[in-house]
Amino acid sequence: MDRLPVLRRFSNGLGAPGRFHNPWKETMVSRTGRSGRRSALATTLVVGALALAGCSSPGSGGSTAEPEGPDTDTPGESTAIDCGTEPVTLKGYFETGFPLPTELAREFERQYPNVSFDIREDQFAVLTQGAPRVLADDPPDLMRLPQMSELAKDGLLLNLDSYAEYFGWDEWPESQLEQMRVDENGRRGSGPLYAMGLNFSMTGVFYNKEQAAQIGMTEPPATLAEFDAYLQAAKDAGLTPLAQFNGGATGGLAFPLQALMASYGDTGAINDWIYQVPGSTIVTESNIKATEHLQSWIEAGYFADDVNSMDYAMMMARFINGESVFIFNGDWESGNLDAQMPGNVGFFLMPPLEEGGSFGAMSAPLTYGISAYAENPECAAFFLNWVATDETARTIAVEVGGSHPMGPADAYMPPIAEGSVTAETLAAGAAIGEQDGAMDFIANATGTVYAEGWTPNLQKLVAGEIDPVSLLEAVQAEYLREVG
Amino acid sequence: MRQRQTIDGRREVSSPVPGSPESRRRALAARRLRRGVLAWALVAPAGIAYVLFVLRPMAQSVQFSFYEWDGVTESTWVGLDNYAAVFEIPEMYGSIVNAFELIVYFSLVPVALGLFTANTIRSFATSRLALVSRVVLFLPQVIPLVAAGIMWSWLYASNGTVNQVLRLIGLDSVTKAWLGDFGSALPAVGVIGAWVHFGLCMLLLLAGMTKIDPALYEAARIDGAGPVREFFAITLPSLRQEISVCITVTVIAALASFDIIYISTQGGPGNQTLVPGLAIYRLAFFSREVGLASALAVVLMALVLAVVLPLQRLNREGDS
Repeated sequence: MDRLPVLRRFSNGLGAPGRFHNPWKETMVSRTGRSGRRSALATTLVVGALALAGCSSPGSGGSTAEPEGPDTDTPGESTAIDCGTEPVTLKGYFETGFPLPTELAREFERQYPNVSFDIREDQFAVLTQGAPRVLADDPPDLMRLPQMSELAKDGLLLNLDSYAEYFGWDEWPESQLEQMRVDENGRRGSGPLYAMGLNFSMTGVFYNKEQAAQIGMTEPPATLAEFDAYLQAAKDAGLTPLAQFNGGATGGLAFPLQALMASYGDTGAINDWIYQVPGSTIVTESNIKATEHLQSWIEAGYFADDVNSMDYAMMMARFINGESVFIFNGDWESGNLDAQMPGNVGFFLMPPLEEGGSFGAMSAPLTYGISAYAENPECAAFFLNWVATDETARTIAVEVGGSHPMGPADAYMPPIAEGSVTAETLAAGAAIGEQDGAMDFIANATGTVYAEGWTPNLQKLVAGEIDPVSLLEAVQAEYLREVG
Repeated sequence: MRQRQTIDGRREVSSPVPGSPESRRRALAARRLRRGVLAWALVAPAGIAYVLFVLRPMAQSVQFSFYEWDGVTESTWVGLDNYAAVFEIPEMYGSIVNAFELIVYFSLVPVALGLFTANTIRSFATSRLALVSRVVLFLPQVIPLVAAGIMWSWLYASNGTVNQVLRLIGLDSVTKAWLGDFGSALPAVGVIGAWVHFGLCMLLLLAGMTKIDPALYEAARIDGAGPVREFFAITLPSLRQEISVCITVTVIAALASFDIIYISTQGGPGNQTLVPGLAIYRLAFFSREVGLASALAVVLMALVLAVVLPLQRLNREGDS
C-alpha cells in the first residue's frame, strides 16, 4: 500500500511547499519569486537530507568487524570440537515449510541437554533476499543457505575446512561436498568448504501407479522413446500426462529440460557450466537436441495447458488428486507422497536414450552454513557432524526429509517400508552415486540465471514464442552478463 | 492551505500601522516570535519525520545509484555507469511499455467508469441504495492489494470463477489460464488494477459532485437540457480538479505498480507483465545490485514526474 505515501511525497515536495514560509513574506513575493524560493527550499531540504544520508560511500565502515574465522591452527587432540557442558543457545535460521531441521534440533536438544535452539523461520525467497544482511548483522549459528557463491566470496560464511578435517568429512564421497566448495573467485566446485548438507536430494519422475497401470505401464521406461510412448498413451487415454509448474516466477520446466539434457549428453559438461568453468556454454549440440525434445512434448500437448500459470503448490495438489500421471520433482516430496497417496506413487530416474545408457539426475545437498560472525561455530559444526553420523539423526533425515543422509557411503541406513516411494528414491540415489551421474541444478549457475534466464524463456517456449536455439542463447547471454 | 494563508496574511498586513506606539510594536513582535516558535514546534515532528523517512531515503537512493554495491560489502564509485547500464538491460524497454499500457487500465478505465457511476448514484443520492452502492463500490480500495492479487489469481485460474462463468454461458473456446497466457496476462493484471482504483475515483468524483451548486442544474433544466447535456455542460467541467487528482493518483499507481503484479504474475509469463517496479525489486534483492536498482529507481521517479507534472500544470492553468 505505498500509493498514498507516494502521493504525499509528491504533493509535499512540489505541490504546496508554502507551509514552511513566513506567510507575511508570502504575500509580498511575486509568483516567479515564489517559485524561486520554492526551489531554494527544495534544494535546502535535499542537501540537508544528503548530509543526513552521510557522505561516506555505502557499505564502508559497517557494524561488522573482520570475521574471526575458525581457529586457524589445526585443532589439536586436546581441544575437542563439541558443545561443551555449559549452557549453549544455537541460533538457527531455517526455511518455513520444511520440518526436517527443527525435528533434528529437537532430537539434538534431547541428547545434549545443555544445548537449546533459538529458531527463526522464513520462506526461501525471504532467505534469498535477506541472506547477506542476516549473516552480517544478526549472525545465525546455523542458516539454510540459498545460492551461496556470493555469500562465500563476500566473507560472510565460515570456512569449514578445519572442521571437515577434524570430523573426517573429507573422507566422504567427494560428490557430496563438491557443490559447497567455493574458490576465491566465487566459483563453486572446488576450494574451501563453506557449507554442509543435512541430507542430499535428488530429482527424477514421480508417477501415479494406478494411472500408469491404466496406460499399460507396468514398469518404468528403460529408454526415452518408451517414456515418450507412455506420455502419448496417457494423452490418448484422456489423462493429463504432465502438470508441471512453470508459472509466475517459477521455471519448473527446467526440471524436465535438465533431465533431457542428461539423457542426450554428458552430465560433466553441464556441471562445468554450472560451476562457471571458463569457456563453458549451455548452447551445445546435445542441449539443443534436449530442448527440441522438450518442445516436441509441448507441441504434442503432454503438458497441462495452464503450466504457465501453475505454481509448485498447484502442481503437488493436482498430482496428489490424480490429475497428472507424471511429475518431474525431487525426493524431498517422498515422505509427503508416501503419506498422501500411500502405495500409489512410483519413482524412476529419467531414462537414457538407449537401453543400458547412463542415468543423470539433479542432486544437491540441503545446504546449511555457519555465519562468519556466529557466536557458537564449534557447537554448530558439531551439530552438522551429528546429523550425518548419529543413527537417530539419520533416521530422521530419511523419514522426515525423504532424502539420503550425508556421510560415508557405508554409514547406517534406517529400514524403509517396502513399496514406499521413499525406498525407490533412496535406491535411485544409490544408483546415481555409483554412476557419478549427479548434477547441480542449472538454475543455480548464477544468482539471476533462473529468474532472468530460464524462467521467462521456458515460459516463452511453452507459448511458442521462442525456438530452442534462441532459448539457450538467451540463457547463455544472461549467464555471461553475470559471469563475464 | 490557501485559506489559512489569507487569514494570516491579512492580519500581518494590517498590523504594522505607521506611527503606532513603540510598546505596541514590541508586544506585537514578541507575539509574532512566540507564534513563530510555536508554529515551528508544531511543524517540527512531522518535518523531522519527513526529512528522515522520505527525503533521506530518496537522497540515499540517488547516492547509491553512483556506486556498485551488493548491499553488504564495500562499495565502489562508478559515476554514471549504472545509468548507462540501466538502458542496456534488454527487458527495460518492454517493462516501461508495459507500465504505460497499464495506465489504460489503472487510470482511464476507473476514471471513465467512476464518472458514469458517480453520476448515476448522484441521481438517487439521498436514498439508502446510494449509501449501499457507495460502500460496495469502495470496498476494493479497503482490501489490501496483496489480498486482492491472491483473490484475483484464484478467479483467473484455469478452473477459477471466470472460466466457470464462461463455460456456463457456452463460451468454452474463450477459457484459458488468464494469467499464464501471453496475450491476456497484462490485460488481466490491468483489470485487477481497474477494480482496485475504481472505488477511489468514484468516491472522489461523487464528493466533487456534491459541491456543485444545484441551481446550475435547475437553470440547465429550465433551458431544456437533458441528462446527457447536463453531464457534459455542468458536471464534467465542475469536476476538473477531482478528475485531475484521480488521474494523478492512478497514473502514479500504474507507472510505479508493484504489489498486484508481484502477487499475481511475478512479471511472467516470459516477462509479459514485467514493470519497472518489479525490475527494481529483482535487481536489489535477487541480483543484489543495489546501485543499479537505485539508478533504475531514480529513472523511474523521473519518468513518473515527467508524466505527472504536466498534468498538474494543466490543472493549475485551469484554475487561474
